[in-house]
Amino acid sequence: MSVLSREPGARGGLIEAPSALRAKLPLLSALAFLLVAMLVGLFVGPADIGPGAIVRSALSHVPLLHVHSNLSATDSAILWQLRAPRVVLGLLVGGMLALAGGSYQGAFRNPLVDPYLLGVAAGAGLGATLAIAYGGGAVDSFDLLPLAAFAGAGLAVVLAWLLGTSAGGSRSPATLVLAGVTVVAFLTAIQTFVQQQHAQSLQEVYSWILGRLGTAGWHDVALVTPYIAVSCIVLLMHRRLLDVLAVGDEEATTLGMNVRRARMTVVVFATIGTAAAVAVSGLIGFVGIIVPHAVRLAIGSSYRVVLPMSLLCGGGFLVLADVLARTVISPAELPIGVVTAFFGAPFFAVVLRTSGSFR
Amino acid sequence: MSAIALKGLSVTLGGADVVVSVSAEVAAGEWIALIGPNGAGKSTLLRAAAGLIPYRGSLRLGGDEVSRLGRGELARRLALVPQAPLLPPEMRVADYVLLGRTAHIGIFSNEGRTDLSATRRALERLDLLDLADRRLQTLSGGEQQRAVLARALAQDAPVLLLDEPTTSLDIGRQQQVFELVAQLREHGALTVLCAMHDLTLAAQYADRLLLLSCGHLVAAGPPAEIATEELIAAHYGASVRVVGAGNDLAVIPVRL
Repeated sequence: MSVLSREPGARGGLIEAPSALRAKLPLLSALAFLLVAMLVGLFVGPADIGPGAIVRSALSHVPLLHVHSNLSATDSAILWQLRAPRVVLGLLVGGMLALAGGSYQGAFRNPLVDPYLLGVAAGAGLGATLAIAYGGGAVDSFDLLPLAAFAGAGLAVVLAWLLGTSAGGSRSPATLVLAGVTVVAFLTAIQTFVQQQHAQSLQEVYSWILGRLGTAGWHDVALVTPYIAVSCIVLLMHRRLLDVLAVGDEEATTLGMNVRRARMTVVVFATIGTAAAVAVSGLIGFVGIIVPHAVRLAIGSSYRVVLPMSLLCGGGFLVLADVLARTVISPAELPIGVVTAFFGAPFFAVVLRTSGSFR
Repeated sequence: MSAIALKGLSVTLGGADVVVSVSAEVAAGEWIALIGPNGAGKSTLLRAAAGLIPYRGSLRLGGDEVSRLGRGELARRLALVPQAPLLPPEMRVADYVLLGRTAHIGIFSNEGRTDLSATRRALERLDLLDLADRRLQTLSGGEQQRAVLARALAQDAPVLLLDEPTTSLDIGRQQQVFELVAQLREHGALTVLCAMHDLTLAAQYADRLLLLSCGHLVAAGPPAEIATEELIAAHYGASVRVVGAGNDLAVIPVRL
């Protein structure tokens, strides 16, 4: 389906004009997937709370509806203070990582880059390791861990950007990618050194690196929502420009686009959003690559669709991954990064094989 | 006022003087063929006119200096068909042609009715409506070239720059492309500046030829005055025979 099918009064015969519903079908299915994932996330857990009770309880919070929840106070607390914030955090983090991954792939015209490309993960890892190793008791009391991770991520990307542009990266995105690789290697070396020097914190660092969705209730959600919301809005606004960028910097320029400014804006906001996500969830791998690619294989490569779809599907995917993470070896929890890779990789392999046209 | 006016235009790339003090005027609606051997500076001149590289001297487009025009304004006044366009393999033809509307669509808004109808018009004029839903990678070389032209056309710019648009095409496709450009000119005052290698086609289609050699403009005028055995021997180092007269001449290589 091409863009012309959206033209009002497009003559039939030459270009088939699908109904408005068919044009919106992918987005509606993604939305349905997201809702189902949320319900599953709220429903699954040791306390037995049925889907009907969840819906009733949710509606009871809506004014003027006069629906009464039949949940006990404990169940209600489990639902709204434990499960709900975790589901919302999964939506925010998964959606953000997938959207950032898709945006990075467009900005660098490279399908293999992920949101950690410019050192977000390595920087956040170093920040978190330093906080755990030297922060002592302050780690738990003042949000020191997310702050340190966020600062480390920002610092890493600024370093990569400065190194890349001083080596001509504003002209060629490949230089920027190499600068990212350099910064990642360097920061990872420091991080590993600090980690080895503080063997007692090894387990805590390791569990942070493998990623987990916070259990700090609504606090973490409130902490990251502003950053993620702003990033998502800015990135979604750039979705058409990322399509223009597909013809190369020079042609995009002759088409009237300010390539350097657009690329920098996309990279900055994808990075801020990713850093915020990483700060509260650790390093959850794979989402930023697999989700945009699955979307692309399913419905085509235009960023106008890939970006909003990645946001929705990424959120749903991570919520489901988290359900598995907390149920497979219940009452213990698997690191969510293990789940995203373990279930994501075979799923991706299936998508890859059935589409048969991966490029 | 001339559509394009060059005055002492020079371009230096990596320390080398690629275009040296070229002065020329192109009238609105004129078709100019830029000819000259490889490395004469044809592409560089076009790239400078498209605002892609810095230049010295003056390069005016409809009276305004190119270097002072914003990206969007320049794209609304001038469309460039590059020598080797980068075609995103998965992109559909209609979406690709719509990219030509970039400068007409607000940065963060969506395409409007005007943009869609300009896209449809461009597809129609290049006979691409049947292929509108196809992915670029499934098109033949000639069809791809038409898609690139359609994108340039959708830009609705009065000046069209073509950088050896037919290099990879067979003789029939070459002819088709130039016929298309000729037809496009009939619909409105389209000014065409086209770098060309085939001197016979250049003479047939262009109103005037500009002969560049080592960055200098060495001759300019109607085809019959420029596509001469002497000038071609001097600047291309080629031994040719020119037969015919006026715009209907043929440049035939002669074995040494």
